[in-house]
Amino acid sequence: MSATQTPIKSFEAQPLDLKNRRNERIVRLFLGWVTMLLILPVLLILGVLIVKGSPALSWEFFTEMPRDGMTAGGILPALIGTLWLVGVALTAAVPLGIAAAIYLSEYAPDNALTRIINLAIINLAGVPSIVHALFGLGAFVIFLKPLTGGTCILAASLTLAIMTLPVVIVSTRESLQAVPQSFREACWSLGATRWQTIRKVVLPNSISGILTGVIIQVSMTVGETAPIMYTGAVTYVAFLPEALTDETMAMSLHLFNLSFVMQDVPEALPFGVALTLIGVVLTLNSVSIAFRMRLRGKKKW
Amino acid sequence: MVERSTAIAPAEKLRVRDLTIRYEDTVVLKDASFEVRENEVFGIIGPANSGKTSFLRAVNRMDEMTTGMHVSGEVIFNGKDVSEWRNLYALRSRIGVVFPLPVGLPMSIYENVAFAAKLRGVRKRADLDEVVERCLTRAALWDEVKDRLNSLGSLLSGGQQQRLTIARALSQEPELLLLDEFSIAVDPVTTMRIEDVLKELKQEMTIILVTNLVQQARRLADRTAFFLNGEVVEVGDTAELFTRNTKDQRTTDYLEGRFG
Repeated sequence: MSATQTPIKSFEAQPLDLKNRRNERIVRLFLGWVTMLLILPVLLILGVLIVKGSPALSWEFFTEMPRDGMTAGGILPALIGTLWLVGVALTAAVPLGIAAAIYLSEYAPDNALTRIINLAIINLAGVPSIVHALFGLGAFVIFLKPLTGGTCILAASLTLAIMTLPVVIVSTRESLQAVPQSFREACWSLGATRWQTIRKVVLPNSISGILTGVIIQVSMTVGETAPIMYTGAVTYVAFLPEALTDETMAMSLHLFNLSFVMQDVPEALPFGVALTLIGVVLTLNSVSIAFRMRLRGKKKW
Repeated sequence: MVERSTAIAPAEKLRVRDLTIRYEDTVVLKDASFEVRENEVFGIIGPANSGKTSFLRAVNRMDEMTTGMHVSGEVIFNGKDVSEWRNLYALRSRIGVVFPLPVGLPMSIYENVAFAAKLRGVRKRADLDEVVERCLTRAALWDEVKDRLNSLGSLLSGGQQQRLTIARALSQEPELLLLDEFSIAVDPVTTMRIEDVLKELKQEMTIILVTNLVQQARRLADRTAFFLNGEVVEVGDTAELFTRNTKDQRTTDYLEGRFG
């Protein structure tokens, strides 16, 4: 071996070491630059929105109704409407999604039926939002008209809920399965039932992951446009929503209308709405990150 | 409820008859038949993949929680086949289990030991306190943790955690204690302390000790079974086995360290 023949040189860089070092540097530079390029669009979007949209922002912008055919005034009904839509959608989707995820993760036997259900959930998550919109129109607006009274917050929120459901199920199930199996077995061997094990050991140790998934889902639902525009969101209503059977304005649809449908809209207005929308999403994401860090600090294993 | 036997002759606690365990198509234990007597330490020795752990899982019916694990034959506990215990949780609560790597549940030391009592419906703080102190004392851990009962069980050292899991198993007031290679992650000093605890415990309960340390079986077990590749090669008095009084040459070879 060359190392034994030239022992003095064994600590010096050999040609192979030099080649490895060069390759290492190239790969790191390449990967680093790709990452930098990916940040660019985010910075551009935020920059443009802040520069063009901030003149439109004011206290009145958030607290007043639109005026002059929506070319002036505030966005209050759209803001409130979006909160309604997202709130009702999550109230429907989160309990159902978590229940289904607990069943799939903790109870379901590994058989053909379970595998089909899993496949269905994954496929449901991949359905385009416009298809969800048409489904919502058919199911909640037309078929369930006696219940919903046609287009309304309830119909739009249920459509959003069905879109949200598979993602809630998948993220919850992943959080549950991150709890080590040995905890469950130790708990079972103490004579605990599956439900006692879930309540005392599995859920307390996965709740941070579950909530993070839910909050991320909120921030995605806030921006959805297609599923609500046929089922409950409208271009303009002069009132704030008061009941589930009301129609409502929504931020995402309002932005669409200001940008592509309405005439003579001051340039700052759509950018202001977009900035507000992104602000809501970023706020929710920061809350979720802060929350996760807080809970992770208390992690118990 | 099954009364604890008071007979003078060694009563039978567990009888295993033609027990076969397989995972999917792999047989891990084949036609095992032996009995475990009341208040004895029953040692199970053998190299890895001999079916020792699978046997323990069959005793407390963990097979129901494990996909692909199939058990046939009989495991008769207190005169009744475990598969006929209608209340699975009552069965498990009578059988304490200590795993190879200590599994401190992600809760405080106090909660770890009070958990089984709470499952039984004990609610009064004073009663729970009593259970926690008694079990931790018996597991030789009380003095080390009495000032920090509310800190996390998982922050203890490996040896302390293993004693915590023993305290937790004792809090079930089990009739049968299953120990699965408990000393694998424990230092020698702690191992000896736990062994002393076990010698006392067998006054009150039956202990099945799975170990890969032949000498540990020699120190603790009244009778010992030798498992090899899913076959129960031999069951006999520990003293007999270690004086080369074996029926099967493979037992002597294993005990003397010629393989495994």
